[in-house]
Amino acid sequence: MGEGTKIFLIVLSAILVNNFVLQRFLGICPFLGVSKKIDTAVGMSIAVLFVMVLASTIVWFIDRLLITLNLAFLRTIVFILVIATLVQFVEIFLKKSSPSLYEALGIYLPLITTNCAILGLALLNVQMEYNLLETVFNSLGAALGFGLALIIFASIREKLELEEIPKSFQGLANALITAGLVSMAFMGFQGLVKI
Amino acid sequence: MAGAFSDFTKGIIKENPTYVQALGMCPTLATTTSAINGLGMGVATLAVLTMSNVTISLVRKFIPEKVRIPAYIVIIASFVTVVDLLMHGFTYDLWKTLGLFIPLIVVNCIILGRAEAFASKNNVFRSLLDGLGMGVGFTLSLILLGSVRELLGNGTVFGVKVWGDAFKLFMMILPPGAYIVLGLLAGLFNFIGIKKNEKAKG
Repeated sequence: MGEGTKIFLIVLSAILVNNFVLQRFLGICPFLGVSKKIDTAVGMSIAVLFVMVLASTIVWFIDRLLITLNLAFLRTIVFILVIATLVQFVEIFLKKSSPSLYEALGIYLPLITTNCAILGLALLNVQMEYNLLETVFNSLGAALGFGLALIIFASIREKLELEEIPKSFQGLANALITAGLVSMAFMGFQGLVKI
Repeated sequence: MAGAFSDFTKGIIKENPTYVQALGMCPTLATTTSAINGLGMGVATLAVLTMSNVTISLVRKFIPEKVRIPAYIVIIASFVTVVDLLMHGFTYDLWKTLGLFIPLIVVNCIILGRAEAFASKNNVFRSLLDGLGMGVGFTLSLILLGSVRELLGNGTVFGVKVWGDAFKLFMMILPPGAYIVLGLLAGLFNFIGIKKNEKAKG
């Protein structure tokens, strides 16, 4: 299997088969929190795409450094600090260089630090021993999968707003069951890709 | 003493982190494929939560206001690393099943939430009780969810046969089952809450 095919399969599998939200349970908080409207869902997806690719690329280089220094057991601490700092830097940088993008992403950026999908992805890339190229594409796929799930879910929830739902199932309960049905639909992709 | 007691018990039902506050959803959904896995994840979180609450309460007067969040994250991440290494050493099978979700305790919003909302403002003893209470509440929620999923999906609870092979919905152990069972449980708790309110009103 050539490198190109492998990368294509990694992206496809990250989007559909091992979807971060629906199969791996990473990034549930923003998934449930900002999925009431399609607009906010799109904003959050773009912010996540941006930070995910950037963070996992930088983390890849830092992980090489940790391995050479024989400090691999410090991964969790170092990774979370790098991600938190990075999000801060991105925020400051965007504020200066592109105020319109900052306006659009503004409220979502700080939320991303505690999004477990970012740290989870960084740790997964290390666990799978991906090289730099594979890391970048796996992050891209994971972020696209997150966006896909979030936007599908938001469009369902916008429709559900109009329906009458028993009082005790309004809010979280209903959102969780809907997510379960979307997740069930994504189970259909199981076995599509074998790496 | 009544105040101290309520610091402990509020996390179990009244402010239950999972069903009332909807915090820490990722490990809740991901690790509850069986009752025993739920218990393991719950206890690991309980340990980190209690230790970080105590430590943050101890040093709360020395941390400058502006850098408190990064400082909390470093404290929490250190304890998570300790728990991770201990579990690798002593409970290897559980460590392998929970996998990624042990390092991810760092970003569990319950822990940072309690640090910010409680431990940074209260003394050590109260923070200890708060951490224990929230941890126990979280653990009980995970055991409940894990038990229901294991019962429906495998016919057992904690590996003990209830109805065994007579009725198995394998879907309940797979990811969609986690969402659906948690959704149904949350609905059930809402229902009980609403009924209680109606009764109180007469």
